[in-house]
Parts: sequence; C-alpha cells; structure tokens
Amino acid sequence: MVTPFVRHRGKAAAMPRRDVDTDQIIPKQFLSAVERTGFGPSLFFDWRYRRDGSPEPAFALNRAEAQGATILVTGPNFGCGSSREHAVWALAEYGFRAIIAPSFADIFVANCCRNGVVPVQLTAPEVEVLTQRAQRATVDRPYEIVVDLAELAVADDHGFATRFTFEPYRRELLLRGLDEIGRTLLEEPRITAYERLHT
Amino acid sequence: MTARTLFDRVWDAHVVQELADGVALLYVDLHLVHEVTSPQAFAGLRHASRRVRRPERTLATVDHNVPTGDRSLPIADAVAARQIDALGTNAREFGIELFDLSSPNQGIVHVIAPELGATQPGMLIVCGDSHTSTHGAFGAFALGIGTSEVEHVLATQCLVLSKPRNLEARISGRRAPGVTAKDLILALIGQIGIGGATGHVIEYSGEAIQALSMEERMTVCNMSIEAGARAGMVAPDETTFAYLAGRARAPTGADWARAVAGWRECRTDPGARYDRQVTLDAARIAPQVTWGTNPGMVAGITGRVPDPAMLPTEGERQAASRALEYMGLTPGTPLEGLPIDRVFVGSCTNARIEDLRAAANVVRGRHVAARVRAMVVPGSQRVKAQAEREGLDRVFRDAGFEWRNAGCSMCLGMNADVLGAGERCAATSNRNFEGRQGRGGRTHLMSPVMAAAAAIEGRLVDVRGW
Repeated sequence: MVTPFVRHRGKAAAMPRRDVDTDQIIPKQFLSAVERTGFGPSLFFDWRYRRDGSPEPAFALNRAEAQGATILVTGPNFGCGSSREHAVWALAEYGFRAIIAPSFADIFVANCCRNGVVPVQLTAPEVEVLTQRAQRATVDRPYEIVVDLAELAVADDHGFATRFTFEPYRRELLLRGLDEIGRTLLEEPRITAYERLHT
Repeated sequence: MTARTLFDRVWDAHVVQELADGVALLYVDLHLVHEVTSPQAFAGLRHASRRVRRPERTLATVDHNVPTGDRSLPIADAVAARQIDALGTNAREFGIELFDLSSPNQGIVHVIAPELGATQPGMLIVCGDSHTSTHGAFGAFALGIGTSEVEHVLATQCLVLSKPRNLEARISGRRAPGVTAKDLILALIGQIGIGGATGHVIEYSGEAIQALSMEERMTVCNMSIEAGARAGMVAPDETTFAYLAGRARAPTGADWARAVAGWRECRTDPGARYDRQVTLDAARIAPQVTWGTNPGMVAGITGRVPDPAMLPTEGERQAASRALEYMGLTPGTPLEGLPIDRVFVGSCTNARIEDLRAAANVVRGRHVAARVRAMVVPGSQRVKAQAEREGLDRVFRDAGFEWRNAGCSMCLGMNADVLGAGERCAATSNRNFEGRQGRGGRTHLMSPVMAAAAAIEGRLVDVRGW
C-alpha cells in the first residue's frame, strides 16, 4: 500500500548540488538490513555527520531553518547510480514527500513512485528561484511550497506558480495510493494468454 | 510495417498489455535476484500471501556483501550473514534456484548468468541492481529495478514500464593496442555525461563494437547506467552465438538452430530511426582514467586534472571543485604519475576471464610496488577456477596480489574489502562516487591492464608505452 499523494504543502529545504547519487543518499554500510525501515537517520550519512558522529553544521539539512522540511529542492540528475530503493526509503522516512529538481535518474523516479514520494521535474531556472527562496528562509520565516499532483502544479506564497508533467499511469497510482501488484494481478488472464503464446 | 530498432523489437515482443500511452505491462523472461535488494520484496510477498509466479525463470545468488576471503570460516559480519541467510530461506520457501556460498556457480549475478548461458538474445532481463545493463551485450533488454519492482516481478512475472527512447552510440574505427572496451565506454560517458542517456536505451553499433568479444561487450553495456541509460544493447551476431554455443543453459540440438534463427531477427531494421545519435572514433581514444567523483569526470591518461574554472556552468564548476577537494587533487596535475595505495581488479565490469588474463599478462614476472596493496577478486567461482587452471592465480600471487573468492567486494565495499580515508585506488570497477569504496577513499576507474600496470609502478602509467 502506497501513501496516496494528491496535494502537499510543506517546508522546503534547498540542497543545490548536481548528480547526487544514491550512494550519497544512503551509503552502502546501511544496505544490510532486511526491513524497509530504519534508514531515515542514515540519510546522506557521510555529508550529514562528522566522523565523530556529530552533525555537520554546514550541511543543508542540518541548518535550523531546514528542520521539518518535507520538500527537497535540489540539482539535476538527482538519484543517479545504484538502483537501491533504500535511498527512497531513507528520504521518505526522514520526512520528504516531494523532491524538486531539473532532472532525475530513471530508476530513482520509479522507486519514488512506489513509495509515495513525488519527483517533480521543473526547469533549471524555476528550480533556481525555489532554491534561492528556500535559502533565504529563517527559523521564524520558513519557506513553504505546495506540490499539487492532481493539478500538476507547484506554487508558493510569493507568487511562484508553474506546472509540471508526470507520467499518467504512475500519477494515477500515486493519487489513489494503489497497490501496483494488486493492479497488475487484475491482468492475470492477459498474462496467462501471453505465456501460452510465447513460452 | 515501420522500421524498428533492436530495442523496439524486443520491447514489442514483451508487451502483455498497453496500460497508457507509452506505458506497458511487459513480460520478464529472466529475473536475477541477490541478497541485498530482495529481502524486503520476499517479506512483501509473504505479508500478502503471494507466491512467486514463475520460480523457474528466477535465479538467485549471493554476491554484494559476501566475504571474499576463506570460505571455510563463518561469516564475521553478523548483519551480512543475516542477509545471506535470509536469501537462503526465501529461495527455499519460494522454490527459487540459489547459488549460495558453497556453490561452484556462485559469483556476481551479472557474471554468472551469461557464463551459464541463461542470458540470451531478445530476452527481457531484470534484477534489483543497476548493472543489469550488462546483459544487453547479448541483444537482451536488461535493466535494473528497485525492490518494489522486484516484488512486482516475483508476484506477476511482469514489469510496468514507460518506454524509453532510442539512442544510437556508433563507435567507429579501430582501437590502438592497450586501449580496451573499458576505455571506449569511459570515453563515451565523458563525452555525453553521466545523465547524458537518461530516459534512453543505448544501442552500441559500429565497427569498434562489432570487433569486441562478448566479454568486452559486457564491459561496455555494464556501464550504460553510468551514462544514465535505462539499458544498453548490442545486436547479436556470430560472436554472440559462438559464445553461447554449448553453455549449460543454452538451447541444444534442434532447439539451438531454431533459437539462432530467432536471434538473427534481433537487429535494427534498415531505415529505423533513433531519437538521438552520438558518434565516437575508437582510433582517437587513449586509455581513460577518472579524476573525479563520478564516471563522467574522466580524461585520457596523457591528460591533466582539469581546472574547474574552465567548465561552462556554475553547477559543473561547483561539482568539479568539490570532486577535486574530495580526491585531493589540484588542477593541472598530470594524471600519469599519480601515486596510488591500492589496486582493485574485480567487479561486474571487469572481472571475467579475459580481464584476468589481460591483467596477468601485464604483471607476469613483475612485482607490485612496495607500498601498494593489490587484490584480484574474480567475478565468479567459475572464473576463479578457470583462472587457476591457467595458472593466473600463481602469476598474481607471485606478483604480490591477493587472490580472492568471487563477489562484488571492493566495488561497493559492503564486505570487509574497503579503502581507508585518503587512500587512492586504481580500480577496474564502475563507480568512483564519494565513499563508494570506503568513506574518504579515492577511486580512479580504469581498465584491468591500466590497473595492473599501476600496481607494479605504484602510480598511474600509460600502459601503451610501458
């Protein structure tokens, strides 16, 4: 069961780096679990913590104004590299419901959609605007963004408003929180017919 | 009928149903499973009381976190042992064939399926691992998937996918001696960038590709994902059929002739259109070495560490500056001569028998430099056994290399084989991401012959003049 995603308003955190790979999102030493949970504290581990285990103060998500962020605004080709879904489990468990970037890696997008995390692709100039606004946020004046999957729109309270595209089949599953396996099993007669014909 | 590409043909042949415009339910011919990305998928099946729809089309092995040292000893890492045990339990419960640590067929999943002949042209192959693109060397459509998709394929033998676009990478010309398949693919990634093929399936073509052996084609296709591609493919030809003939799971007798006739149809029609095309001249490619923290940060061995200030965009300048800081390099430093601490010959990219033979030829009669620790991790136990029959283990051991058992090992450092902080490694693997081989470890990707030469010299050298 996927958490349905229709419309989400939340605090944005900016991490303007390009080509953030899934090895950075969740380093290898955390992949040995046999459960889907427990990855949130290890998100961006090598960037987020110093060697002595204390938080790295300069890291974007460790700044006071970024606490409680649910929308990550980041650079192009986010989620490249390894297919590890653990990366999305870590982002989701940390609290992220949407990620906004100029582009994403293919496998990462597929993994997001199966976990109720929405990858929103905007143009680089649009992402730049959101990044600058998120970076100007303070603890008292957090920066919030609305991601609306039903309307395929992104907006803030300061006049930013744009539209994005999303693959329709995945959008439908996300909007309704459908179990994709259950959905596919409805096609059982067609799968069986294919097998008779081809194998 | 409109002319179709190789990928279009394989896609069309696997459509069970069109679900939406450009989105289809596809039938999976072969599902490869390993210990790291599967336990949650099996747990999901169990939770929903679902079975594995086609266990006989599913093949499992342990590779990612297995120890590569003495296998008669218990596994020291309790967490890894739990994951390895979980795969054993899951395979038994769901009726899946498993090559475990004691099996002569154990090895890196992308090495063992081809060597068994399980990987065949025209197939749709998936695995919860991004380097599944390796199998495209046979003209299969082979792609990495996430764990939720692993569960989906286990339960339904199908995968929901948006159809990627077609990209032709035509590599013309002839390679110079000392220039390998690894150099072709690294040069291509350097040219188009690590997101350059996102949303596409790459078909590799041209005389430089046709001239490659199957193992070399696997090296090229393996790193398709490092350019962001969904998959990479090479049209099957006589080289492909000769490789497959007589393999344990390849068709035999009348089935073989029928299969080959079908495989010959796995090709791009004359006049078929690609969405994009890129070209590369193999004759102009030097041995490649990465200098940064992704595979697109690469240059010829005769090149220098670039100056980030010279890059076109602010994002690239920042990324390159960060990379050089992490790698401990200054702009303008010649790559040749860079001192190294470690050498890793292994991984699903470059740990097949031809890779080991090529590396052994470089080190034969020589010795690893004094302060360098070098290891060879064969891609599979079969590769290891073959290498030992040929005496390659002796060549490596005599030269001062460690000779290990099969696994992913230091490619991703999930087992005990990791770099220390600041250690510089010449590696034949596929990713030089920050911390990939160990936190603070500095990875330079290159071919097996380049890594072998670096081990002997204790620094990066141009294997062509060596």
